[in-house]
Amino acid sequence: MNAISRRDFAAGLGGITLAFTVAPWLAVAQQPTMLPARLPGSLDNNRLLDAWIRIGTDGNAIVCTGKVELGQGIVTALAQIAAEELDLPLDRVQMISGDTERTPNEGVTAGSQSIENSGIALRLAGAQVRAVLVELAAKRFGADAATLSVTDGVVAAPDGRKLSYAELAAAADLHRVATAQEQPKPASAHRIVGKPIARRDIPAKVMGGVAFVQDLRLPGMLHGRVVRPPGYGAKLEGFDLARIKAVRNGTLVGWIAEREMLQSRIARPAGDRAKPEAFDQARLKAMLPGVVALVCDGSFLGVIAEREEQAIKASLALAESARWVAGPPLPDEEHIYDHLLALPTEDKVVNEKQAALPDGVKVIEATYRKPYMAHAALGPSCAVAQLSDGKMTVWTHSQGVFPLRGNLAMALKMPAENIRCIHAEGAGCYGHNAADDVALDAALLARAAAARPVRVQWMRADEFLWEPFGPAMVMKARAALSPDGHIADWNYDVWSNTHSTRPSEPGGVNLLASWYLAEPQRPAPPRMQPQPNGGGDRNAVPLYDFPRQRITNHLISEMPLRVSALRTLGAYANVFAMESFMDELALLANADPVAFRLAHLKDARARAVIEAVAKKANWKPGARGDGGKGRGIGFAKYKNLATYVAVIADVEIDRTSGRIAVPRVYAAVDAGQIINPDGLENQIEGGIVQSMSWTLKEEVKFDSNEISSRDWATYPILTMPEVPSVEIELIDRPDERSLGAGEAAQGPAAAAIANAFAAATGKRLRDLPLTPARVKAALQG
Amino acid sequence: MAINIKVNGAMRSVPAEPDTPLLYVLRNDLGLNGAKFGCGLAQCGACTVLVDGKPVRSCVTPIDTLGQSEITTVEGLGTLENPHPLQVAFMTEQAAQCGYCIAGMIMAAKALLDRNPQPSAAEVRQGLAENLCRCGTHNRIVRAVLRAAQNGGRI
Repeated sequence: MNAISRRDFAAGLGGITLAFTVAPWLAVAQQPTMLPARLPGSLDNNRLLDAWIRIGTDGNAIVCTGKVELGQGIVTALAQIAAEELDLPLDRVQMISGDTERTPNEGVTAGSQSIENSGIALRLAGAQVRAVLVELAAKRFGADAATLSVTDGVVAAPDGRKLSYAELAAAADLHRVATAQEQPKPASAHRIVGKPIARRDIPAKVMGGVAFVQDLRLPGMLHGRVVRPPGYGAKLEGFDLARIKAVRNGTLVGWIAEREMLQSRIARPAGDRAKPEAFDQARLKAMLPGVVALVCDGSFLGVIAEREEQAIKASLALAESARWVAGPPLPDEEHIYDHLLALPTEDKVVNEKQAALPDGVKVIEATYRKPYMAHAALGPSCAVAQLSDGKMTVWTHSQGVFPLRGNLAMALKMPAENIRCIHAEGAGCYGHNAADDVALDAALLARAAAARPVRVQWMRADEFLWEPFGPAMVMKARAALSPDGHIADWNYDVWSNTHSTRPSEPGGVNLLASWYLAEPQRPAPPRMQPQPNGGGDRNAVPLYDFPRQRITNHLISEMPLRVSALRTLGAYANVFAMESFMDELALLANADPVAFRLAHLKDARARAVIEAVAKKANWKPGARGDGGKGRGIGFAKYKNLATYVAVIADVEIDRTSGRIAVPRVYAAVDAGQIINPDGLENQIEGGIVQSMSWTLKEEVKFDSNEISSRDWATYPILTMPEVPSVEIELIDRPDERSLGAGEAAQGPAAAAIANAFAAATGKRLRDLPLTPARVKAALQG
Repeated sequence: MAINIKVNGAMRSVPAEPDTPLLYVLRNDLGLNGAKFGCGLAQCGACTVLVDGKPVRSCVTPIDTLGQSEITTVEGLGTLENPHPLQVAFMTEQAAQCGYCIAGMIMAAKALLDRNPQPSAAEVRQGLAENLCRCGTHNRIVRAVLRAAQNGGRI
């Protein structure tokens, strides 16, 4: 399996083996159909069967998905689903994913929706392909199709005659409309789905194979770097060429460290120095060893060199010599929440229930805050682009190759059909980071590379300073507790910027470099994302059964810092706030947090995960912390329509240092029918650990001049010795729909830690992250 | 200008300036993908390789400082057909999500096991404290290293 998948991967990256040159599903409209108005999942928008699955004359399947591998194991899980329905061994299923010329358009790989949308499409397409092959065999046998069986790609008749998929493939017409009419296998017949299958991408990653877009090395490839402005909106006014001579003899390692770690030089107003010199390609090239070309388009400045270290050196030299006019100042971090709350908002009541308030209620309210957080991919974003014969090919770790192609077409002023975007893995992105931006950088530089491919990777500081952050948020909760200890009224308001400025947003171009070109593009306007998915208000509607509630979303349209989708969108902060507030109400009701939740919850699957985690952790009702140790619980059903997760965390507080340690975490998970239990567990545990890092440590630092989180020293994340032991119980529900799980654990984990701190100390921390300074202030207060 | 370095047992001549960080030579001149660019600042460990058995951040190691030292990358540990116990253990434990940190983790773990063949879980965590993982795969990585130790990771 490994040899095949590695070879195919390399072929997918380097070679171009087009099966069809135009999107074949467009032809569907010309075919007479009696189809249902809506087909399940991504089948609905991609209705041609062979857009999903083809059978080669070797009897193997080529399976195409528009969803892409982000380190979440999706390609393996989708292969399991397809192999299961096709009755083929897994190693005879080749996966092609995320290629604008070869795969269905499934939008963006985001929102924990790949199993739900691509999975269901492949399940139904697989069942139909199998039926086509069986029907064909039945005709040849002169037998009833219902009497035939399939094992490992061989169709057998009751009398023992056999026909393999290889023998049937040539005559099997899969260029037909997907009907979703064939019944997929029942869970009881599954042999591959539900098994902890080893991931296809891991062998190359532990052997040093070609695993990432960073590892692409095409013939004649050049290396590019972009010299970003000193801050948002700064404009390039020219160069001090003398500075290039003065600095270019430095040692590269030291020079990188100086540039990356030191505070950037903010452009001073023009006038205190000599007039800057204009961009002069020939003079600059002569001064910069190895440089093949420079690109200066408005305030976009980039360089291409034969060798990567030459490109880096040249970009550092250019950064030293470039003169910029600063853009508008940033707000002050200290007052960021006041600043945001004072901005204009679009307000919407997203959920409301009316009932009479009983007499004698007790009312409490609380405000919670979440700072800007960085995706902070371990590997800075990277892309390779090549402009050859008027056709731009971009290898990218974008989460959405089709939306990226659309934005590239506008930014490059090229027809979309002349651009091909091919997905190749990058470092884990956890949402919309700079993957799309660097694709445009590479494409802009490739236009100056005389048909040679150009690889661009961002430097570490670029990644921190220019990625779109997860937005800062403010959550205000007010609730009334009835005399019988039940919540009688629940009011919840959330303020946030948009959580999507992805290239998929309509009405503009959402690629960084495009805003700095001589003819700049405008970003798409932010818009409110509707429930039930929501944006800032994701998971803001409680799953609990309250008689009376009002949930209001306040979308702040002005974005002082660049923001977009970070794993869970608003759900992390909303679940942190709501589940913290549930504990505050439980305390007011003098009730145990687990019992209090169950008393407000009818959903049987929700109750089951809470009860399961309480049992697993040996939760003792009414137990109180001792000032140094405590435990807490958090629960959510992601988006109120995906995976259920309940988390219990144990914390230990060092009252001197203010540090919170989390030695143990327990979780119970219901993701419906489990496709790959090992993959699911990996996603849930990863979500818990990443959430713990967000919750205890992470916030983007800035002042009015600049963003000061620019490396791992100024944006620390959780380290190996700080990671808790994690015990997870998976509740498999083979007869329920499979649910997305990649973002399900983060909110509950954050709430469990905050609630554990409150249980231990009697003090409530409502501002994220739960830093030692905040802990000490709370303990002294 | 060419400089000679010894990588995975073979002398290699690379056409790079003396101050070029080893990372770029390994990746671009020698086609070795294991060591990754993560920060260029010796903060994350994704570029870790062994120099004379010691874990070194190749992103901040100029090639002219290496002399005759033996450089070992993850490609030098084993192959798909004949993998090193650490590589087997990382596959067995499925100890990766995105996997960008993994080659660096394996090299840091190799140095750790060479020093301490039977480490405790706490010693593994401490030994890998300077290698960052962003996906939250830490516990699987620790389990993989402990598994390799049981299976004779010190090879």
